[in-house]
Amino acid sequence: MASAVFILDVKGKTLIARDYRGDVPMSAVDRFMPLLLEREEEEQTAIPVMTDQGINYLHVRHNNLYLLALSRKNSNAMTILLFLNKLTEVFAEYFKALEEESIRDNFVIIYELLDEMMDYGHPQTTESKILQEYITQESHKLEVQVRPPMAVTNAVSWRSEGVKYRKNEVFLDVIESVNLLVSSNGNVLRSEILGAIKMKCYLSGMPELRLGLNDKVMFENTGRSSTRTKAVEMEDIKFHQCVRLSRFENDRTISFIPPDGEFELMSYRLNTQVKPLVWCETVVETHTGRIEYMIKAKAQFKRRSTANNVEIIVPVPDDVDSPRFRCSIGVVAYVPEKSALVWKIRQFPGGKEALLRAHFGLPSIKNEEAEKKPPIAVKFEIPYFTVSGIQVRYLKIVEKSGYQALPWVRYITQNGDYHMRMPDPIRSSSRLPPI
Amino acid sequence: MSSSSVASQITNIGQAVRSRIVSALRKGENFELRSELNSEYRDRRKEAVKRVIANMTVGKDVSGLFTDVLKNMHTDDLEIKKLIYLYLINYAKTKPELVILAINTFVKDTDDSNPLIRALAIRTMGCLRVSEIIDYLCDPLRKCLKDESPYVRKTAAICVAKLYDVAPAVTIENGFLSAVQELLSDANPMVISNAVTALVEINDSTPDQGVFELNPPLVNKLLAALNECTEWGQITILETVAAYVPGSTREAEGVCERVVPRLQHVNGSVVLSAVKVLLRYFGYINNPDMESQLARKMTPPLVTLLSSAPEVQYVALRNINLILQKRPDILSKEMRVFFCKYNDPLYVKYEKLDIMVRLGNEKNFDHLLAELKEYANEVDVDFVRKAIKAIGFCAIKIPGSSEKCINILLDLLATRINYVVQEAVVVIKDIFRKYPNKYEGIIPTLCKSVEIIDEPETKASFIWIIGEYTPRIENADEILEAFMENFGQEDAVVQLQLITAVVKLFLHRPAENQELVLRVLKVATEECDSPDTRDRAYLYWRILSTDPQAANTIVLADKPTITVDSHALPADLLDELLGELCTLASVYHKPPRMFVTADARTEVVSATSLASARQTQRPGSSATPSAAASPRHMTSPPPSSASAPADNDDLLIAL
Repeated sequence: MASAVFILDVKGKTLIARDYRGDVPMSAVDRFMPLLLEREEEEQTAIPVMTDQGINYLHVRHNNLYLLALSRKNSNAMTILLFLNKLTEVFAEYFKALEEESIRDNFVIIYELLDEMMDYGHPQTTESKILQEYITQESHKLEVQVRPPMAVTNAVSWRSEGVKYRKNEVFLDVIESVNLLVSSNGNVLRSEILGAIKMKCYLSGMPELRLGLNDKVMFENTGRSSTRTKAVEMEDIKFHQCVRLSRFENDRTISFIPPDGEFELMSYRLNTQVKPLVWCETVVETHTGRIEYMIKAKAQFKRRSTANNVEIIVPVPDDVDSPRFRCSIGVVAYVPEKSALVWKIRQFPGGKEALLRAHFGLPSIKNEEAEKKPPIAVKFEIPYFTVSGIQVRYLKIVEKSGYQALPWVRYITQNGDYHMRMPDPIRSSSRLPPI
Repeated sequence: MSSSSVASQITNIGQAVRSRIVSALRKGENFELRSELNSEYRDRRKEAVKRVIANMTVGKDVSGLFTDVLKNMHTDDLEIKKLIYLYLINYAKTKPELVILAINTFVKDTDDSNPLIRALAIRTMGCLRVSEIIDYLCDPLRKCLKDESPYVRKTAAICVAKLYDVAPAVTIENGFLSAVQELLSDANPMVISNAVTALVEINDSTPDQGVFELNPPLVNKLLAALNECTEWGQITILETVAAYVPGSTREAEGVCERVVPRLQHVNGSVVLSAVKVLLRYFGYINNPDMESQLARKMTPPLVTLLSSAPEVQYVALRNINLILQKRPDILSKEMRVFFCKYNDPLYVKYEKLDIMVRLGNEKNFDHLLAELKEYANEVDVDFVRKAIKAIGFCAIKIPGSSEKCINILLDLLATRINYVVQEAVVVIKDIFRKYPNKYEGIIPTLCKSVEIIDEPETKASFIWIIGEYTPRIENADEILEAFMENFGQEDAVVQLQLITAVVKLFLHRPAENQELVLRVLKVATEECDSPDTRDRAYLYWRILSTDPQAANTIVLADKPTITVDSHALPADLLDELLGELCTLASVYHKPPRMFVTADARTEVVSATSLASARQTQRPGSSATPSAAASPRHMTSPPPSSASAPADNDDLLIAL
């Protein structure tokens, strides 16, 4: 349990604070910044959980803000940090951007939210959709005083009753992000897919939904041969709290009453050995006074798909100058503030290859300090495609009024942490062969 | 001289003028606020309340406006009500006598037709911690505990814990404890989970009262509520169940089956609490099949925790570190997921590094070492050093990998980067200790780095290697002599190693090194400040002069090989910490008694004991740090309630 919660600016000055338990002096916050700097001095990193003179300091960093909780007891650190993260989410939904300015401008509502979301240091209602029903920015008029929505304490705490739409529709977005780490000699060290199914629900009443996926475990349980449709084995699945977990545990059925509007229904993770979707082969050569890069990018997916907005970000030394580029498709720019060249390809069709040659001047005096070695990062989006092969087989919608609702499904695959380590530069005096 | 004093006088005058203007302005603001708070127009009063709170937020002292703010308390405007309540919580400690003025409105609000207002009133009253409030709190609380709205009941449940904290006797006398216990059977899941929260709090503060005793039907009820309450309520229930000792293996298995689905929850704390329950209950179920099946189910959710925000990841990694010390099987195949990402914060990288090494084995060390080598070539000095240390751990833990480790370390020595070499030499020494007489072939390469070595620990390590392998190093005497030059200035660790190494050298080749050994012992005994160094030198000197044969058997004896066990936590501490998963203890890897101190809770203030309360209030504990005037204000005589606001501002000017 948190004794007090603070929002601090980047220098550690309190922007707003709430004392929940009165068991730590609020002045203890003054020790936070010195403590953080002390630890940074020792370990070169700002540790999120610290203890000093019987007071525990737990913080998360968000943009230029610190959200800090103090506690005197041996509290649940995981809960407190997740709660602080939840605060940033809720504030961001209320004020669009969460930064110093929006905190100052909205202190009244922040106090209200802090009061509602935590009582005596224990998290209470944190669903931003529900909170927005009774904590609003418009001041409350005499005649229509707000009341706590039923949902606050209902078994269905995420949906209010009496929702009405003229046209009942559901939109499903299946989004897969690929995390990839490739060693400098081209070995895949890690590859995982983080998938999410996001929903936009415009349904009246209290609809019961059932979602069917090509889930391998369920296919096996029900004895269905998975020859007809390829089944996917998800390693870990997380559900929005509306999904009945015990039902899923029993027979892998995903059944739920959805919240109204947008939300993330589920997320899943799988480790796969699929071919990396966008692959880069890199050669770096240093000469006296210049450095040259040759990068071959390959789109290693089916021809009928296309990767959009591909960006290949190649780090270069800080002190390069006079860039010269040649590439087979796309555009290249040198971005000095990022110490990188950015190669953008609007559309990169499956099975295609692209080549880039870059040439930079280097100062004749070599930088003595060791340079950081960031990896190549790749961004992309492939619509109508999931790497894992996951498919929505059906979405059944039942509501007691018996209306017909239309589900729409979209698939997209994009990059997550998609990194390829740079190979060591070859030192040679010979030029690269011409393209 | 005179001109400077004139100048300082001028600045003094300037400052005086400025401070007068500032205080006039400040007075002006509070003055203006006061008239606005008493305005006949609703909008202006509302605006004024907001400005008061804004000033309070930035730390200005607006306690002087107490009575004027209070006048606005009786309002239908919920927003204003909330702000005024907030104001009360903030200043109740310093002005308890005025809080009494607000009691009427509070009590009235607990009777309001709107549940939001009833709950707000009861929640705020619980936060005031003023003894006079307590008497007035009991009746409304009793009502609210039986309120028709679950929103009010769940708030009242927590309020009982607040009340117990300031007045345990009153809580018991009024039967509030049993009232909360009854709420455990409430129809509403959120009320149940808050009742559990309250009872756990009360039980923690007075464990001997038996306020919250679990039994099978109650556990059953809690687990049934698990499906329906909020994520935070689920955590509370899981924590409670984790502490429960089931009566039979059947019961334990039943609990496990109902807790397992929680591993699929999106909230990491729910997941980790479920893991905690399962690990705990492994001790109670007598079914190895079920145990290993449950353990297998934990793996994917634990791995998924690594996709959370970095701060959350940090706590998760500290917990995973504990879990895998107890149950290495759970993550034995997952080493790769702990590989560091380039943009991970360092605190995450350090933890991942530690876990990677723990997961290293004969099968996967190739991957592990390739990765560690990569890290050793990065630029964050501390991270690089930790990576090199990790290579050493790996060599010692996994005999099959030592050859490869040595090769990587030699590559690192070749970089000649100062801090890399320092760390690598220390690590090589440990490998020599683990595998004696196996890698002495690399000593010539090692000696090439001798001029880079400058840290004491590295020097000591290097000297130890030379001493240990003197028979095979022809110019050992020259190398050691080189270190002798600055003997007096070296750290004690270096001196100690140097003495031992020279003695070893002497024992192997007595004829040519008698002069050297005598010189070392003489310098050490006569010129050194460190008593340890002197003692050791005397010891050697006496042995060598009385019984050189004994010296041989003692100094050149086989040493016990080192292991990496020191890396693991002692078994009983580990078990204790596993019972504390999720909590701060599991993050620090220390039992709670090491960092939780006695409660220094600020006392409950009371209007009658006001004078003493003011004396105990130290300036440092003021709630408003930037209001420099407030501590001084404490020492002033209690203002009479009518004129209080005015003379507060005068005080500021006078000071």
